[in-house]
Amino acid sequence: MVDTQAGALRAHNVTVRFQGITAINEVSLSLEPGDIRGLIGPNGAGKTTLVNVLSGLETPSCGHVTLDGRSLQGRPPHQFRRRGIARTFQSGRLFGELTVAENVIVPAVNLGFTSRQAAAHARELLAWVNLADKTELIAGILAGTDNRRLGIARALAANPRFILLDEPAAGMSEIECEEITRLITAIPQTFAAGVLLIDHNMEVVMRACERIHVLDSGRMIAEGAPAEVRSNQAVISAYLGIVVTGQRRRVNVDAA
Amino acid sequence: MMPAMLQYVIDALSLGSLYALTALGIGLLFGVLRVINFAHGDFISVGAYALIVPSANALAVLYVGALPWPLVLLLTAMSVIMVAILSELMVFRPLRGTTPATLMIGSFALSFIIQHLLLMIYGSRPKAVNLWPELTTQVNLLGLRVQKLQLATVGATAMLLGALTLLLRTTRTGVELRAAAEDYQMARMLGIRANTVIAGALALSGLLAATASLLYTAQSGILSYQMGVPLMMFAFISTVVGGLGNLLGAVVGAFVVAAIEVILQATLSDQLRPFREAFVFVLVIAILLWRPYGILEAHSSRERV
Repeated sequence: MVDTQAGALRAHNVTVRFQGITAINEVSLSLEPGDIRGLIGPNGAGKTTLVNVLSGLETPSCGHVTLDGRSLQGRPPHQFRRRGIARTFQSGRLFGELTVAENVIVPAVNLGFTSRQAAAHARELLAWVNLADKTELIAGILAGTDNRRLGIARALAANPRFILLDEPAAGMSEIECEEITRLITAIPQTFAAGVLLIDHNMEVVMRACERIHVLDSGRMIAEGAPAEVRSNQAVISAYLGIVVTGQRRRVNVDAA
Repeated sequence: MMPAMLQYVIDALSLGSLYALTALGIGLLFGVLRVINFAHGDFISVGAYALIVPSANALAVLYVGALPWPLVLLLTAMSVIMVAILSELMVFRPLRGTTPATLMIGSFALSFIIQHLLLMIYGSRPKAVNLWPELTTQVNLLGLRVQKLQLATVGATAMLLGALTLLLRTTRTGVELRAAAEDYQMARMLGIRANTVIAGALALSGLLAATASLLYTAQSGILSYQMGVPLMMFAFISTVVGGLGNLLGAVVGAFVVAAIEVILQATLSDQLRPFREAFVFVLVIAILLWRPYGILEAHSSRERV
């Protein structure tokens, strides 16, 4: 497939099956530098699977991922990262036994910085995410939002072109949500990176993103500006009671 | 009573030091390869045999072992590290990406190969060696006569642990090693070069094995091609008791296991003493029932080395 969209990170008709269960089905998504896009969907919709595919942790059963129009099919995750596709994890996956600064230094030195540059780079990034006074703490003792902030700083190390944030606001209070959203929305201008923000909390994504994709049961059921998505009938039923969702699923099965 | 107690403490510290050196070597490699290297004990044997002139004679002639001690340490370490790197190139690297079970069987095979190479070159008879006889003299410590060797063992271990901590904390490879030990997949994803980090871990593990073999040989005075096996066994148990995957845990586990051994040796009756090791294992099982993931659980945020 020829992709004329230079500079974009794209998933083309990606399907992922786990032992017969289809986690995501023919999903396409395009992320451009400077973009801030949202990916929402109920729990189990396949959001994290899609992020895994986009960051190289999961190889799609069908379809592929391209960067600058070139396929990344079969490449290991660290080559995705080397090419500028960074991500955070829902569970954090921070190095809990390393210091806060070391968590950022590790990717920086491995992506071309000297030790000295990496240390300075880490200081800058940590100041930007408001962790300047905690750089020497052991990452494992960080609580709540500090954890997420460090995850974002680590992902921003070595100037990635795209950053995929997997539920950065999960389990946060209203105020914490607002703080982290403010940080996330500043990423495109500050770092010239495209952002994909994943959350099942619609409000966070609605506030932060210009365009939103909606996944449900592994299918992309809607895409558009927040206002459009909010009024989309399929999205409403995906987020409302079991009865409507159940009916819609049955229709899907019949159609297939 | 007091001097007797102090004697037990020194015994436990010196035995624990040997276990700690061995357990750390195992732990370092487990951190990056996710495999218990069962050949680690044989690395220790290699270090010991490197001290003597290769021959099948019963009488061992010190060669490397007769040099000044810094040279002895250097040459022994080089021999062990060489064997460790060869093991990596010929066994661990080709098996990388296979299952942990395959890697473990690979390390068993490596263990047997090293043992039998030693057997072929040096013969099967145990050899008496007299390494650093001046260390077997005793000194007076708080009214107690203590063997210099015990103090040297504790001192050397403390210094190595200190140096290792410094290295892991301040150098780039050290930081990468710790990152890889904690979450190897994540470390790989962030671009850490697996081969460099693993080679670094092997070299450090080889240095620790070499130190252990020198101290052990000076203590036992006997070389045999399976000499490293019991050390490996107790060190392995130490890493499990301490918390597999946690380096500080390996050290703590080593001293706990050594303390149990010394206490049992001192308190068991003459009839029961031959079964000392069985009692050690009972206590180890009890500890694991109490804390299934070891005293210091891996991936904890509480401690670091």
